[in-house]
Amino acid sequence: MGKKTVIPFGPQHPVLPEPLHLDLVVEDEKVLEATPQIGFIHRGLERLVQTRDYNQFIYVAERICGICAFGHSMGYAETVENLMGVEVPKRAEYLRVIWHELSRIHSHILWLGLAADAFGHEALFMHCWRLRERVLDLFEKTTGGRVIFSVVKVGGVQRDIDASMLNQFIYVLDGIMDEYKQICDAFLNDASVRNRTEGVGVIPTEKAIDLSMVGPFGRASNVPYDVRSLGNGAYGELSDFQPIVSDKCDCYGRMEVRAAEVIQSIAIIKELAAKIPAGDIAVSVKGAPAVDSEACNVVEQPRGECYYYAKGNGTKYLDRMRMRTPTSQNLAGMAVALNGCDIADVNMIVLTIDPCISCTER
Amino acid sequence: MGAFKLGNMTFGSLFKKPETVLYPIEKKPQPEGLKGHIEIVASDCILCSMCERSCPTSCITVDKKESYWAIDRFACIQCGYCTTVCPKKCLHMKPGYAAPEANRHEVRVTVEKAPAPAKKKAEAPAKQAAAEKPAATAAPSANQVNAVESRDELLESKLATMDPEKAEKVRAALKAKA
Repeated sequence: MGKKTVIPFGPQHPVLPEPLHLDLVVEDEKVLEATPQIGFIHRGLERLVQTRDYNQFIYVAERICGICAFGHSMGYAETVENLMGVEVPKRAEYLRVIWHELSRIHSHILWLGLAADAFGHEALFMHCWRLRERVLDLFEKTTGGRVIFSVVKVGGVQRDIDASMLNQFIYVLDGIMDEYKQICDAFLNDASVRNRTEGVGVIPTEKAIDLSMVGPFGRASNVPYDVRSLGNGAYGELSDFQPIVSDKCDCYGRMEVRAAEVIQSIAIIKELAAKIPAGDIAVSVKGAPAVDSEACNVVEQPRGECYYYAKGNGTKYLDRMRMRTPTSQNLAGMAVALNGCDIADVNMIVLTIDPCISCTER
Repeated sequence: MGAFKLGNMTFGSLFKKPETVLYPIEKKPQPEGLKGHIEIVASDCILCSMCERSCPTSCITVDKKESYWAIDRFACIQCGYCTTVCPKKCLHMKPGYAAPEANRHEVRVTVEKAPAPAKKKAEAPAKQAAAEKPAATAAPSANQVNAVESRDELLESKLATMDPEKAEKVRAALKAKA
């Protein structure tokens, strides 16, 4: 019987892309308890809504997080549109969803690369990020930015994607498919990868529901919850949408879900690119939200459900803007998954929730 | 199951063109719509201050008295909101990121208060320059040559009136552009 020791993990740790601190209570090589602690990068962005008007805040909203930048600007814009009763043109809705799915592809491929890095497969990491670069190039060509896009506005979108560019989207995504499948094969069928991920950080379905886990982290525990099934915006126009779930409930399952979601997102982009209607890309929005008007919205970010709430006060400045991000939902699940795990698996488990502390702290 | 699943791909990479570029020597082409930096067409500006009021980071200053438009490129986040609110559409988002600099400062652009006479002024020396070189007009492309020369002369005369340090920077920027 060993002696209990507390090992600090993070906020600066080679495996962590974001500043998360964990106090790991360790006995021998086993983690008995893990206490997450955040608060290193609080920037007070929600307070800024009172000093920036609702049009300006969109540029603040998308800076909440570098990876889900598009999702946040879209989520915020939709909330303000709900608040003011603005109806967005169909084409703008389609374009938003196409870009949002593209950002899901880049986020998941980035995550797969980080996961490969966490279990020590450097070549796989490089190949993943090489493919992600093609997706970023598509963003650069259509929005003018690689990470921050500033392309959504209240009432629609600022830039259009023409038919030739949409064809190029499909051409590029088809082009990476072959290599992506080889990468997936390495992730899902390689013996060394399976040894590191199977049976690690198991969270059973009932526990996942109790802990309100969202996103791929929840879906890997067989919780079929995906906000996209609600059919908000152009998601409602999809012929069929089924959330991807896995019954493995471990790190392998989470990898499996994310790997399959990239292929699902490519299919969504292809379907919407074929169906996109012609027309305006934005409507003019004038005036201000009414006094005490309230609106809420949910968006499926790459990491899971993100909830937005806005309250107007009759001026151009909102009274309150609140976001509940997927990582804040998933931190509890992560702490449970860490209990009883091997200390060498901590980095793998922490990474499989795809923590986005920038989103969570804002 | 099995190991070396990535063998094919990694081995194939040995015979493919590299994905990366040798950066300072070779640069990736920048797409047309890239959000690089804000440029102003000073002749169209009416100093209405809409851009100043709309900027989320307050990086633009418009002074009607001194008649200048200024931008702090260190504070600009390239959101492009100013380009959408500008009533004269004289602000443009152009590719090419702002060059790194040692000190934080504003870039000032003088805006002529009355655009119409300013245009005439610019045309007058051009005509003078053309009149001074009547021999060159005989050549087929002489008009173009004259236009380029007179533009250079005009630029030089403008640069001479400027702060020498700033003038040097403008020359360097023009040289880099050329």
